[in-house]
Amino acid sequence: MAHASASPSSPDAAAAVELQNVEKRFADFTAVTGINLTIKKGEFFSLLGPSGCGKTTLLRMIAGLEFPSSGKVLIAGQDVHDVPACERPVNTVFQSYALFPHMTVRDNIGFGLRMKGMGRDEIRVRVDKIMELVQIGQFAERKPHMLSGGQRQRVALARAVVNEPTVLLLDEPLGALDLKLRKELQFELVALQRRLGITFICVTHDQEEALTMSDRIAVMNRGHIEQLGAAEDLYESPRTRFVGGFLGTCNIIEGSVTNRGPGGASVTTAAGPMRVEFRKDSDATRRDKLTLGIRPEKVRLREEPGNEQENCFPVTVKELQYIGSETHYLLDCSGLQLSAEVMNSKVGSQGFEAGQKAFVYLPPAGLVVLDD
Amino acid sequence: MKRNGPILSLTSILLYCFMYTPIVVVAIFSFNASKYGVAWKGFTTKWYGVLFNNEQALRAAENTLILASASAAIATLLGTLLGYGLSRYWFPRKKFVATLMYVPVVIPDILMAVALLMFYGLMRDALGIFELGLSTMIFAHITFQIAFVAVVVKARMVGMDPALEEAARDLGANRWNVFWRITFPLMFPGIMSGALLAFTLSLDDFVVSFFTSGPGSTTLPILIYSSVKRGITPDINALSTLMVCASVLLVAGVTALQPRKNYHEK
Amino acid sequence: MEWRKERECIFGEQLSPLDQTLRSLRTSGPAIVWTTLFLFVPLLGIVFISFMSRGSYGELQLPLTFDNYSRFFGFGSFGFDPLYPYILLRSVLLAVGSTLLCMICALPLAFFIAGLSPRYKNLALTLVMIPFWTNLLIRTYAWQMLLSAEGLVSKIAQFVGLVGEGMPLYPSLGAVYLGTLCDYLPYLVLPLYASVEKIDWTIVEAAMDLGAGRIQSFRHAVLPQIIPGLAAGIVLVFVPATGQFIVPDLLGGAKTSMLGNSIAQQFGPSRDWPFGSAIAMSGILALMFALIIYNRILAKRGGEGLL
Repeated sequence: MAHASASPSSPDAAAAVELQNVEKRFADFTAVTGINLTIKKGEFFSLLGPSGCGKTTLLRMIAGLEFPSSGKVLIAGQDVHDVPACERPVNTVFQSYALFPHMTVRDNIGFGLRMKGMGRDEIRVRVDKIMELVQIGQFAERKPHMLSGGQRQRVALARAVVNEPTVLLLDEPLGALDLKLRKELQFELVALQRRLGITFICVTHDQEEALTMSDRIAVMNRGHIEQLGAAEDLYESPRTRFVGGFLGTCNIIEGSVTNRGPGGASVTTAAGPMRVEFRKDSDATRRDKLTLGIRPEKVRLREEPGNEQENCFPVTVKELQYIGSETHYLLDCSGLQLSAEVMNSKVGSQGFEAGQKAFVYLPPAGLVVLDD
Repeated sequence: MKRNGPILSLTSILLYCFMYTPIVVVAIFSFNASKYGVAWKGFTTKWYGVLFNNEQALRAAENTLILASASAAIATLLGTLLGYGLSRYWFPRKKFVATLMYVPVVIPDILMAVALLMFYGLMRDALGIFELGLSTMIFAHITFQIAFVAVVVKARMVGMDPALEEAARDLGANRWNVFWRITFPLMFPGIMSGALLAFTLSLDDFVVSFFTSGPGSTTLPILIYSSVKRGITPDINALSTLMVCASVLLVAGVTALQPRKNYHEK
Repeated sequence: MEWRKERECIFGEQLSPLDQTLRSLRTSGPAIVWTTLFLFVPLLGIVFISFMSRGSYGELQLPLTFDNYSRFFGFGSFGFDPLYPYILLRSVLLAVGSTLLCMICALPLAFFIAGLSPRYKNLALTLVMIPFWTNLLIRTYAWQMLLSAEGLVSKIAQFVGLVGEGMPLYPSLGAVYLGTLCDYLPYLVLPLYASVEKIDWTIVEAAMDLGAGRIQSFRHAVLPQIIPGLAAGIVLVFVPATGQFIVPDLLGGAKTSMLGNSIAQQFGPSRDWPFGSAIAMSGILALMFALIIYNRILAKRGGEGLL
């Protein structure tokens, strides 16, 4: 479930955006519920989840384009419930870019400043500067339909950041671009964020995009936050089955606790008894049935049982895929399906063949206990 | 399968000829020197001269233009507001009301004509208003034009990315600025083609005009109709030819206003 | 997501149902009031007056009766007279017949336009639009000239021997059908073209690949895809064709009088508004009945085919 940092009520001075118990109900379903979230100033924050998980709704509530059914949205410590979208210190880069088709690039970018009542000359100076920054200076007098996808994306970005918002919201900013351009722009976005020091909140369904760009990520599913943390935390120690499966791949092993010890337990699984270690704050210590997860690259595959007394099981290699730098194996471990990814670091012939008997070792530190 | 075979092409060209036969015939006869009948007696442009000296025809042309401009102007205003309102705001029983609003598009015009004739008649007897004349014709034309304008404007609104207005708002524009700087400019081609459509519909209408006109408010279609009943004169052919030309220009205008396919995104 | 846009939040403004209703009043309101006043009130008036009777000077009289309707269905004061039932039947037949004719002609035309290269396509479309926007009256009286005894078409017909020497082709029922076809053809071509343009030809190729003949693949692969355009076009032709007035008036005679002419007659020279209203109401009921049946057929066979 949700894991927020601050207690919900005291405004945090270092917070750019705070969501307190936010819920959004539409006529026939609940889009998001029980959201408690603090986004720090200057952070690159991502909301990651599959489509329909409520991440865009959350973003729109911060922008003021949608209003929470209950709970509070605070921007820079101020409750913005009664502040309309046009007065919030927040700007958005829309998924469709939403460039005004009847205006030139220059007029598009200057729109926000003009709405603030800034003078012509100053608008010109600022727009020129920002166009230089995102490298679209030569397109100033073009209309949006004459630009390529990547150029439109830059215009949309420039149009938002030129207003120097406290928070910049990005809704699937790279979703409409092809893979190569997406990679390039990922780096540019991060560089821009570092340079401007603006808080970025980015909505994406692309786990790789979130992992490479963000300081912190909130993984969302069905309207709530499953897990919040830095990229490495989320990948290395997913807390729920959903997070484990959504970020990368994860072997899932079901089992029941037979013997509890300090900081760990013995678990009976289809493969045999396994020893696992508990996280400090896990509630798994109290449960009898556990779901365990282990990343394929953490699974060790070897010909002999080795020295370990525990977590070592005989397997049969069912299928294999030779990728080059590594080989992916599908293993049968007494009826339990496991996948393993092994680096081909040896010199000479590599690994195992289909049908071959072997042993796997599942290191206790790599086994994580997942909530459902 | 996609290319046209010779039989299909030939059939289609014949069908085009069929559609254009009456138009071309009227144009040809407007240059026919013969005063009576349909036999060809040589080329002349004198009927156009006769037409421009025909007091009745000139008055009818004036009436037609006043009728078309006045009704199109009011109908464009009302129809644009209707199209905008229907595509934006909810109200109780909206679906039902919206369907009713499109009745003028599908109703046979004779029905609307006689209903209005009767309505005007009863109102005149009861309250002394709606004396038949140009004003009653304008009211009648507005009634069928509104729906057409609304259809065109609404289609334009539906094709608009709602994120555009959200973006404007997000960039600090208040409601007034969002409407006048974003929504209205984007709606404008739709409003213009709606207005041209309304104008053309009014120019072309005979049935509704015929039943709601009064003495002295004869329009060109009514004039043509009574000439046809009395026996066509060559200057009426000239008049018809000019009206066809006007329609062609208006169609060209509407076509030019259609958004190009690559205008915004895909 | 329609409900969200409509009910909850519009472009960053939170509007309650009441706010939205008020804004509807300010935008849609005037047009709704206008249409109510100048269309629905008069139409309701027609309904009411169809139950009144005509005074000796054409004025409206009480009491309310069904006399106008029984007269329309042939039971007038002089015994049974099938004049108006015939008119009703003739109008419906004309509408159905001319819709079918338009359909037969519109199909090749729509496919032809869709098969043209983009440059000629726009020209071909504009060429259909022009008659669509050209005054119907003008196009109809031109046929009068062509079909008169001296007219070109009549001369050809006389030469071929279709009609006797010096005989005109109008007024006749055939002339009415011809005029209707010419006038309403563009109404069907335009929506039909819109559907044909969107046909996914790979489905047709697949059908032919699976051994379907030309007719079979048209029926099973093409027809289902053009049903929406065809359905819209049919209504666009059928409804005005039922109530048409100009074409039968100019190209037909007393023997081809249709509902529209009868209504015009009663509201015009005869000045019998109650009876005219009753004809109009019967026409509307017949039209609605036809449209309901049509809708049933579409709903039932929509996926399979209309024919």
